[in-house]
Amino acid sequence: MTDKITIEIDGRDCEAAPGEMIIAVADREGISIPRFCYHKKLSIAANCRMCLVEAEQGGRPFPKPVPACATPVGNGLKVWTRSPKAIEAQKGTMEFLLINHPLDCPICDQGGECELQDVAMGYGGDVSRFSERKRVVEDEDLGPLIATDMTRCIQCTRCVRFAAEVAGVRELGATGRGEDMRIGTFVGQAVTHELSGNVIDLCPVGALTSKPFRFTARPWELSGIDGIAPHDGLGSNIRLHVRRNRIMRVHPRDNEAVNETWISDRDRFGYAGLESDDRLTAPMVKEEGVWREIGWSDALELAAKRLKGADPAETGWLLAPNATLEELYLAQRIARDLGCANIDHRLRQQDFRADAADPLVPTLGLPVAELERQKAVLLVGSDIRQEQPLLAHRLRKAALAGATVCCVNPLKLNLNHPASQLVGTPAAMLDDLAAIAKSLDARGSSALNDLIGAAEPTEAHAEAASALREAGEQEAVVLLGALAATHPDYSLIKVLAHAIAAAAGCRVGYLPAAANSVGAYLAGAHPDRLPGAKPSEAPGRSVAAMLDGSLKTLVLWGFEPDRDLVDAAGAAEALGEAEFVIACSAFRGPGLDSAADLMLPIGAFAETSGTFVNANGTWQRFQGAVPPPGEARPGWKVLRVFGNLLDLNGFEYRDGAEVQSELAALCAEVQYDANAPRGDCEAEPTSPARAGLTRIGNIPVYALDPLTRRSAPLQEVPLARGEFAVYLHPAQAAEDGFGPGTLLYAQQGKSGVRIRVILDDHVPMGCARIPGGLPGGETLGPLMGPISLERVKNP
Amino acid sequence: MSFRNAPVAVDHERDKTTLFTPEIRAAIDAHIAKYPPEWKQSAVMPALTIVQDANGGWLTTELMDDVAAYLDMPQVSVYEVASFYGMYDLEPQGRHKVCVCNSISCLLQGSEALIEHIEHKYGVGPGETTADGRFTFKEVECLGACRHAPVVLLDKSYHEDLTPESLDKLIDELE
Ligand code: SF4
Ligand code: FES
Ligand code: FES
Repeated sequence: MTDKITIEIDGRDCEAAPGEMIIAVADREGISIPRFCYHKKLSIAANCRMCLVEAEQGGRPFPKPVPACATPVGNGLKVWTRSPKAIEAQKGTMEFLLINHPLDCPICDQGGECELQDVAMGYGGDVSRFSERKRVVEDEDLGPLIATDMTRCIQCTRCVRFAAEVAGVRELGATGRGEDMRIGTFVGQAVTHELSGNVIDLCPVGALTSKPFRFTARPWELSGIDGIAPHDGLGSNIRLHVRRNRIMRVHPRDNEAVNETWISDRDRFGYAGLESDDRLTAPMVKEEGVWREIGWSDALELAAKRLKGADPAETGWLLAPNATLEELYLAQRIARDLGCANIDHRLRQQDFRADAADPLVPTLGLPVAELERQKAVLLVGSDIRQEQPLLAHRLRKAALAGATVCCVNPLKLNLNHPASQLVGTPAAMLDDLAAIAKSLDARGSSALNDLIGAAEPTEAHAEAASALREAGEQEAVVLLGALAATHPDYSLIKVLAHAIAAAAGCRVGYLPAAANSVGAYLAGAHPDRLPGAKPSEAPGRSVAAMLDGSLKTLVLWGFEPDRDLVDAAGAAEALGEAEFVIACSAFRGPGLDSAADLMLPIGAFAETSGTFVNANGTWQRFQGAVPPPGEARPGWKVLRVFGNLLDLNGFEYRDGAEVQSELAALCAEVQYDANAPRGDCEAEPTSPARAGLTRIGNIPVYALDPLTRRSAPLQEVPLARGEFAVYLHPAQAAEDGFGPGTLLYAQQGKSGVRIRVILDDHVPMGCARIPGGLPGGETLGPLMGPISLERVKNP
Repeated sequence: MSFRNAPVAVDHERDKTTLFTPEIRAAIDAHIAKYPPEWKQSAVMPALTIVQDANGGWLTTELMDDVAAYLDMPQVSVYEVASFYGMYDLEPQGRHKVCVCNSISCLLQGSEALIEHIEHKYGVGPGETTADGRFTFKEVECLGACRHAPVVLLDKSYHEDLTPESLDKLIDELE
């Protein structure tokens, strides 16, 4: 792809790169060529023949019309897309495609936005010459997200290519032959990939449609409102389709720098959680254990009275990392104006010893799109496909392009690309990192040097190390994920990661826990950060120190203490001991009902305007698309009124944008790629002794946050290894005398739960994986920490 | 990233030495050896034939899955191959297969008469097996022996220039 050449399409001169396909040039020039099988992100199949055009090269006409999607451009190429010959070919193709198509548009969900319908309007005949019997294809059940009407399929194979090339699973295929060819899984299994919903957008006809959206609206009844996905740290660009103040569905918006043209199923179907029947629709107060609705003014006055009367040192604010920037900023302003610095958003972290050394704003450290151009990636503590589905896709692209990917994890990942996986207990993760560091001759503080000195690098460690070193600064990165963040020695992991990066001459990147984790640092939702990510002179308490039982008054914003905190049982105890707990939430739930004393209803995703800052520090502002239900109000408005009620200065914002620009001015100096530590951290390893079991509490993809957990279609997806159970390696289970289905009592600290065994060789020896964020885990302790298992005697 | 120019390899995490019998494995291995190592899925067609022959002339989903596991390829790719070609059968078959060509040359030379004859005399339609399980009657596409149409493939051997009478004689000889 060196020099540009000029070709002619419909008499217009167009610049093109040699080897590009005609259709790509035409698309860039805004010349429309009908197509079904071509898609810019997929390989070329050229099987629908809809894109036929007339062409000549160097004065010699091609004998037949050529497919624009599969004909590379060359010097002296002339193309006619609308000449009589081209149109005749296109009409002919159209007639063939319609032979077996049922033409059931009035009862088809795709009607009104169907590529076949559109193209048929342009090229189809009025009357069919085909009077024979049409083909009928039996439907398959592809699970709770994708509805099928396979009779409508025109066999473009976009869905098959998507599954194989992008999702990386060959689940769909074209079986049979000729007229009997059909698209499906052949054996009828649910499609469970975390990106599977994209085939709904890809399918040009109504063969694959959205099951939750099915038959609820026509596309022309919907108005589209741009939004930003509220789950993972990528901040996928989405479009919310709204009718009569209801979100009917969610589609992706193209943004090459963020989500390309895809979105994850969590971003696509999470909206369904808005309709759950446990929405909090009015302020409520608990009196003698009974919840009662009250008016907003009474509720806010009560909250103001309790907060003003409380000792700021004994007050704490816990904020969800997917709250908007505006909410986080205003919440910490109120807290700090009242003299309280106990503010944090790192809900699933337990080790805060490195706070003073942490970078001011931990980010991905490189543009999202650059991830796919890395040559070496060391992935530490991340089940990346579950945590960040589309970043996992970028990583997959890098791996397929030849990058060396090495993972250090407390569980074996299901990856769809080549990678070496070092799997071990949390303690062994430190050893693995130390061994990689040793291979690089990395050095550091004394605790670190002890660890590194004791390490025994194997070939796998040496390979990972040399791959990082060879790829160098711009093309190698050490990524830290959510499992690393829940590690009891997260500080040490970070120190090791930075030592490795320094020795290898590469970068360190943080995979943000949620949609606005990066924003939380900017907004000052951190005990040691003032707005603008400036270090604080008088740091407050971190999440762990706020939930040690010593605080009297707590504010919980946008999360559920029994599901979203690293130590559910510990949190329940601390919240139970607190005198007054104010919960601002869009949902009720058993955890909040028992922990809180006052509940204020705030708008959930899509019900408020706001800003999310994504993994690489891109600010993305969005508008509210629908009003919150009942008495609920957008969070930033609640906080503004609350600020006024508390007589705080400067709470006269007219709109959310004003809040945002105030914060943006404070953030003018922020660097989004400075992940280097600000100092030494002398943390000693605490990881439990190598005897005994350690719990691995990963968060399954559809348990991430309150909204996802309430999305009925997502909850119906039959995830492998996602249910609440204790997952043991078969050898571990045999050692302890347990079999599949054995009922155990799992205990962490003082409390525990009855739970069944599932054998899973992805879990390392010495570990018991019990997923977090799921019902049943309320009485368990830290997501990663010691656990004991005992057979229940009389079940 | 197209799966057309690079094979999608899948590790099924199954112990290959437990798949099939040693003889079948050796026979498949002989075919695998003909291709570059990363393209061992190219052996899928002979592998399916070998496995089908050892299973009374048809393939179960489990057997196709085994082939996928043996060749490190996606299961659905094996289904695609097995369902595309007429020589693989996905349902139980009779003891023999009588495959009558229904393509153009044979049609012109009287294969329709052969088909009708079988239907009437033995009471089986295309794809069906005689009540006594003696043979399964199949219509197949051009067998590539048009020169001596009409052609019938009987199990593994070709029979050319057939008439209903000569076909009867062949069928009579089947057990
Ligand atoms: S189901 Fe849709 S995307 Fe898949 S091959 Fe058929 S028409 Fe194309
Ligand atoms: S778009 Fe070119 S053949 Fe389908
Ligand atoms: S048409 Fe029958 S063998 Fe070719």
